[in-house]
Amino acid sequence: MIGESWVTTTVDKLEEWGQNNSLWPLPFGTACCAIEFMSVVSSHYDMARFGYEVVRFSPRQSDVMIVAGTITDKMGPTLKRIYEQMPDPKWVVSMGACACSGGFYRAYHVMQGIDEIVPVDVYVPGCPPTPEGLMYGILQLKEKIKRDTRRRLKEKRADSDDSGSAAA
Amino acid sequence: MPTATIPALPLLEDYPEGSVLPVEGADQPTWIVRREVLSRLALELRDNPETQFDLMLDLCGVDYPDRDERFEAVYHLYSLPRGERLRLKVPLTEADPVLPSLIDVWSACDWFEREAWDMFGIRFEGHPNLRRLLTHEAFQGHPLRKDYDPARRWILTEDKIYRPDPQPPGGDTDDDIFERMTINIGPSHPAMHGTFRVVACLDGEIIVASEVEIGYLHRCFEKMSETHTWQQVIPYTDRLNYCSSFINNVAYCRGVEQLLGIEPPPKAVWARTILSEFSRIMDHCVCNGTTLVDTGALTNFWYMFQPREEIYGLLEACCGARLTVSACRIGGLLQELPPDFEARCRNLLETIPAFISDVDKLITKNRIWLDRSVGVAAISGEEAVNRGWTGPCLRAAGVAYDVRKAHPYDLYDTVDFEVPVFQGGDVNDRFRVRMAEIEQSLSIIRQLLDRGMPEGGFIVDDPHVALPPKEDAYTQMEAMIYHFKLIMDGIQVPPGELYSMVEGANGELGFYIISDGSGKPYRIKVRPPCFPLMATFSRLMNGGTLSDAIATLGGLNVIAGELER
Repeated sequence: MIGESWVTTTVDKLEEWGQNNSLWPLPFGTACCAIEFMSVVSSHYDMARFGYEVVRFSPRQSDVMIVAGTITDKMGPTLKRIYEQMPDPKWVVSMGACACSGGFYRAYHVMQGIDEIVPVDVYVPGCPPTPEGLMYGILQLKEKIKRDTRRRLKEKRADSDDSGSAAA
Repeated sequence: MPTATIPALPLLEDYPEGSVLPVEGADQPTWIVRREVLSRLALELRDNPETQFDLMLDLCGVDYPDRDERFEAVYHLYSLPRGERLRLKVPLTEADPVLPSLIDVWSACDWFEREAWDMFGIRFEGHPNLRRLLTHEAFQGHPLRKDYDPARRWILTEDKIYRPDPQPPGGDTDDDIFERMTINIGPSHPAMHGTFRVVACLDGEIIVASEVEIGYLHRCFEKMSETHTWQQVIPYTDRLNYCSSFINNVAYCRGVEQLLGIEPPPKAVWARTILSEFSRIMDHCVCNGTTLVDTGALTNFWYMFQPREEIYGLLEACCGARLTVSACRIGGLLQELPPDFEARCRNLLETIPAFISDVDKLITKNRIWLDRSVGVAAISGEEAVNRGWTGPCLRAAGVAYDVRKAHPYDLYDTVDFEVPVFQGGDVNDRFRVRMAEIEQSLSIIRQLLDRGMPEGGFIVDDPHVALPPKEDAYTQMEAMIYHFKLIMDGIQVPPGELYSMVEGANGELGFYIISDGSGKPYRIKVRPPCFPLMATFSRLMNGGTLSDAIATLGGLNVIAGELER
């Protein structure tokens, strides 16, 4: 209820609206990209404008992991463990060439993309990506969350239609 | 290539015939030393008043598979009182790659020896903890050996992860008031800057023993540089100390230029000096900003990051990138400077001091900051030198060594600047040194701008080194061939070796470059200034509280990309 007027919605849509506009990022920053990530959260670019307000360093309090920087084989198990510690629903943004594919480090100690061990929702290219690039990426993630909710709703409707017809 | 004369030191006469052989025609005095006399020679080099090599700058391995004695351990020494350099090379066979550990002579050898073991399998007898340093626990083999496939990976599983359990030397004693507790911080912890891991044994709130684990960002720079052409290495150097990429570019390009025997044109040198100083300012801003945010003073982080954004604008105008610039080329610069280069620099000189003075007013006399930093993690100048420190952290401990003054390069001998020195060697002095250096850097830039931009090209006029202009490559046959040869085969650097150094934002940044004339570097070893600093971190932490340790790490300005390469 807003003032004297009413807003009607479904619980799913309300949930999506909440998720979408209040994403708490966990910066898994290791290298150069982490410095650009810092630029994105600082005053000039200010990622908070898009709902990525509170940067959380605890996986248990965050929704989206932003992997910024090269992930080496030595870091791999840690990344996986931290991803597993995040509560559902959770998303992963892979920031920069190294996190996406190993970048130009085709080398003996560098993971060739974090999708070897965790699922990735948005890949942001660049070495490092510009702040604008990362912001485009996080906006894409918002789109994706919206799309996913709609798809889920559609599936749910289809399911209930199916079960309805089965009962008939 | 510059050659150096070999000082005829009297101490050499005491050694058996053939055990110490000076090398003719090297870029700096170089001796080939048999390993039997290494310990004795090292001690004497350090203590003899005629040599006084008190600073062990770098130790690395080199692999020559075709030689009878396959490996070479290379020490780079520096004498602060005499301003002299010396390189020691110790040949070793593959069957018996064993050296005496020199930790007792120079504590700096600790991590350098572990690295050489990790990368080349050179064993150091007497080293207390000869474990792998950069690669992980499941790693097999020694990756910088020439017969190791650059892309051969080993997968680390969680059950194999090393779990340190540091214990104080005395064990459990009755003096302990509180129960002992071991706490793990990192590698993914904001105060550990995302890539370091510290395991600390606490007695109450006091750290009594600790162990530092690194290697979480070992990106194989040195192996990668051996598989790319000379120009292709430049982008890799950006990603060493990514807070001041431009200085890395300069350091590397200067080294290769010296091997080639070419001089970049005056305009390139001028711009390199100016942009290096701007990079130094950025680096100090990040370091001081993150130190303050680690101690809870968040406001200063925003203040310190704003000048960076402004400098990014300048770099972006020069080369199109903000952070990893690759703005240098061997022989000069990437491209012509933008027409408003000087106006932009002048504008920056106007805007930056306001931010710096804001932080100065907020922090320098701030009671909370002083309580957190004065006397914390203090180190004496003597110990810092023995541990291989250089740069602002060493100058905070009272030793005025700055490569720009001691061995001037580019235009540093023509400008007037001071080397700020503080005596405390603690977190507060490291902060103050950096603040004072920002002032000096601004002054250097102002002097150079007043001199005006030199006329001429931005890169040497040598078709074997610099790419011809694009329009020529499209219209003239000869230019197109040069273009093709440079892109496909790269610059042909004559065989030789050289150690070239600049003052990085964090200390002496050295490149030890070996060329075999094949068109690719044979070996590039970076002397990372923060490597000895991080190696000392455990010693600085012990005896303090956990919160002191966090404040200390920020002030050391350890950049993982450079530390682990």
